[in-house]
Amino acid sequence: MSAETVEKAIVTKSAEALLSKRRKKLISDPLVDDNPVTIQVLGICSALAVTTQMKPTLVMAIAVIFVVVMSNFVISLMRNTVPGRVRIIVQLAVVATLVTLVNEVLKAFAYDMYKELSVFVGLIITNCIVMGRLEAFAMGNKPYDSVLDGFGSALGYSWIILAVAFFRELLGSGAVFGVPVYDYISSLFGPDFTLATNGLMVSPVGAFMILGIIIWVQRTKTGYVEH
Amino acid sequence: MQQSNTYIITFSVILTVILGLLLSGTSQVLGPMQKEAIALDNKKQILGALISGDEIAAMSPKEVNAYYESRVSTVVVDINGKEVTEQDGVAVTAETVDVAKNYKKPKEERLFPVYIYHAEGNPDDVANYVLPLYGAGLWNAIWGYIALDTDMNTVGGITLAHAGETPGLGARITDSEVQSRYVGKTIYDESGKLVAVEMQKGEGIDYSNSPHKVDGMSGATITGKGVNNMLYNYLNYYQAYIESKKSSTAVAAL
Repeated sequence: MSAETVEKAIVTKSAEALLSKRRKKLISDPLVDDNPVTIQVLGICSALAVTTQMKPTLVMAIAVIFVVVMSNFVISLMRNTVPGRVRIIVQLAVVATLVTLVNEVLKAFAYDMYKELSVFVGLIITNCIVMGRLEAFAMGNKPYDSVLDGFGSALGYSWIILAVAFFRELLGSGAVFGVPVYDYISSLFGPDFTLATNGLMVSPVGAFMILGIIIWVQRTKTGYVEH
Repeated sequence: MQQSNTYIITFSVILTVILGLLLSGTSQVLGPMQKEAIALDNKKQILGALISGDEIAAMSPKEVNAYYESRVSTVVVDINGKEVTEQDGVAVTAETVDVAKNYKKPKEERLFPVYIYHAEGNPDDVANYVLPLYGAGLWNAIWGYIALDTDMNTVGGITLAHAGETPGLGARITDSEVQSRYVGKTIYDESGKLVAVEMQKGEGIDYSNSPHKVDGMSGATITGKGVNNMLYNYLNYYQAYIESKKSSTAVAAL
């Protein structure tokens, strides 16, 4: 392992339970207390770009989970052979390969989704969460722990972008997962009643506002203060 | 440890080869499926100029293919409106003509596919002629299909697509609401001159009394200009074909 690697390997007993308390923490910590989006403020670009609707957001979330988990796993396997001086390029090559795989698979099996997400799948490469986890965790920990860590971080990212997408699609397009909720509600109040949608929510500005509110609510609850 | 230049270079080469093989392998395996997906998407776009997007969205890929087979026939014409069936000894069909590739050739050498929308199973009972469009938007290519009624003058519908226009601004050309603004407009003025349909600057103005103008997209004037140029250019390229169809329907009407 290279001398520059950031974190010291956590010493584990050989017979540690498959989901011990420490390992559960690896997954649960990034969900709220150390969330990559709301606390570390990483991956904001894609959180703004893809969240106008729930469906593409879900596909994006699955793609990010796949890329983070797989790249963490692969890099962790190679961590003792990767030369320290070129480790960033090695990480980038692995991540780029995985992202291209996702893109190709989408193109073959979900062409409409491929068109809709277009550049943003490719831009997973530049999502700081991916490289961040590789540098901070996978380079210094065993494969299984790295997979859990990657899964936790990606899940933390996913639920935030899904939450943002939920509000944006509901308020901006009056729908959830393409189901026109506003139309149903409007029809309850008679034929002349229509709920107005908010065009601001469809533009990236809407995502900023929703994200800001989520961060605000979360930090009020957890009492987290930036140093 | 393990930090010698030889080690680093060897490591990089091995990694590159492994990842390269992985990627080219995937591309080989998925290539045919991607081609199918693109062909299907193309058919959906052509049909999009003719029937509503919701209707297409409700169809399975098989149904789209079957519908396309039974309702759409194709011809390929050259700039003079003459039908082309083979070029350089290779048979030419509308499916093999890549409009984007043809766009780069001088217009005299280009091939122009025409998609003829007809009643089910009866290619002579034509309802619309669908012509492809291709041009430049603000950031990247834009393309689409325009459906003309049998008078070769009235726009029956249009689909527009783009590679990289700004979301929320130029990308709105894919909105069905924007595309519906073209329906019912005419491409020839009273003196019989081709004027196409022009998207105007600014948004929210009622152009229902001007047969060659449609409401613009606020904040996307350059994309709108790209659409205008694309429409004008391609209708011009097809003008010989359009004229020939026009005179034949006029004769039939007599």
